[in-house]
Amino acid sequence: MSNSTVIDIISPIMAGPSSSHTAGAVRLGLLAKNVYNTNFDKVVFKLYNSYAQTGKGHGTDKGLLAGLLGFGVADKRIKNIFDTPEAKNIKYEFEFLEDFNRHPNAVDFIFDGELHMEISGNSVGAGEIEIVKINDFQTKLDGKYNTLLLIYEDEPGVISNVTGIIQENQVNIASLYCNRNSNGKDATMTICMDGELSKDQLKRISNLNDMYIVRYIKKLEN
Amino acid sequence: MRVTTFQELQDVCLKNNKKIYEVMMSSEAESGENTEYHTRLQATQSLLAMQRAIKSGLKSKEPSISGMSGGDCAKLQKHYRKNQSLFTPTLRKIMTYALATSEENVRMGTIVACPTAGSCGIVPSVIISYAQDNKISQDELINALITAGVIGKIVAQKLSLAGAVGGCQAECGVASAMASGALTQMRGGNVIQVINSVGLALKNILGLTCDPVCGLVEIPCIKRNAFLAIHAVTASELAMADIVSVIPTDEVVDAMAQTAQLMSPLLKESAKGGLAKTKTAIELEKGVNG
Repeated sequence: MSNSTVIDIISPIMAGPSSSHTAGAVRLGLLAKNVYNTNFDKVVFKLYNSYAQTGKGHGTDKGLLAGLLGFGVADKRIKNIFDTPEAKNIKYEFEFLEDFNRHPNAVDFIFDGELHMEISGNSVGAGEIEIVKINDFQTKLDGKYNTLLLIYEDEPGVISNVTGIIQENQVNIASLYCNRNSNGKDATMTICMDGELSKDQLKRISNLNDMYIVRYIKKLEN
Repeated sequence: MRVTTFQELQDVCLKNNKKIYEVMMSSEAESGENTEYHTRLQATQSLLAMQRAIKSGLKSKEPSISGMSGGDCAKLQKHYRKNQSLFTPTLRKIMTYALATSEENVRMGTIVACPTAGSCGIVPSVIISYAQDNKISQDELINALITAGVIGKIVAQKLSLAGAVGGCQAECGVASAMASGALTQMRGGNVIQVINSVGLALKNILGLTCDPVCGLVEIPCIKRNAFLAIHAVTASELAMADIVSVIPTDEVVDAMAQTAQLMSPLLKESAKGGLAKTKTAIELEKGVNG
């Protein structure tokens, strides 16, 4: 079933009490922060189902906020995150909802600021997480790989241009996921890589025609 | 070579005269997953974090966020200071450390998910208590923790170690099997005895439900960590006497995976059945999640 390593079984070192509801929440926050990757005025967290029902007792709300502020899963400040200067500096709200079409541990991050962005993710068990939707685009981010995320105007040749630049440095592509939104105009590409993308490669990809959003999301450390 | 079953693990260990942790570390290094250096480094960091969690758990009486638990470790320590016990000092220490770690977990303290946060008290309480009372070196203790990881890894290949998938048998049950095998290794048990500890421990927790009150990792999880830590010792005692699991350990894991599938979703971390739907649990729920 799973290909856990010995390290996966005897870690992570984390703030309790739950790998899915606490550590998973922190990791979702960290990943969402890297996807948004710019200053925001306000963020709304929408917690669904089990995340909504048992989230307070598990510190899920604290974990999501801590991750968004860049704190790791073992950070001692998670417990009192609402009182930290970092948290007092930003505007945030929590909503607790029920929607059985969503995963039992689902969350939406709704950012407003330089950019409006809605990011949906799930905590799928044992601290493992996934971001499944960004605005109207389906995607698949799990924080295990360095990932390039692109939203762009769909036209022929974009995939080969992008993968061509990636391959210049012998960086291996672990997976590639493409998707087009409903009006058929805009598309998204999620590329997971085994290696690192250089600043120059990233710049050249950003400079390709009709790129709206370019994010290089480093894999999560824990 | 890639080792995926307990039988293969046993065969490779016997053939090459190697220990369980040595075989798996070189297997993972060969396949490019983790170098031996990284595995030992993480095991060392995890062990230090486990020791810190015990230390702070022993001193604290702070309740959990929900207010439903906390303080049992303090009660047990007080009891042991004043009263006679049927348990040896090491067994008393194991019980106390298991509660200390699990209570630390529910007050959002720093623990090691081993394999999960809900079962975080079992492996550390067993291996650290035994090591303290038997002059086991830090290196041997790290080897024991890696062996515990190997046991969890092999089970995880057939059954996801999450209460929502496998019930508590996949969390505290597997933790108990991990602790048992690691303990048997530290006691000088051979690979056959270690693997029998695992089989014996797992056989006795098949069907263990995950029905936490209010959906929180507190009732019955905290006390279950103490119970299953002692359960790990029982399995190790049997295995050290060369008592074998008549059903081989791999087949026990198969039975566990099948049992997981047959268990109602109401009893797998949904808080919709069992203890979670008792009259008292429903009353508690009004206070906690209401």
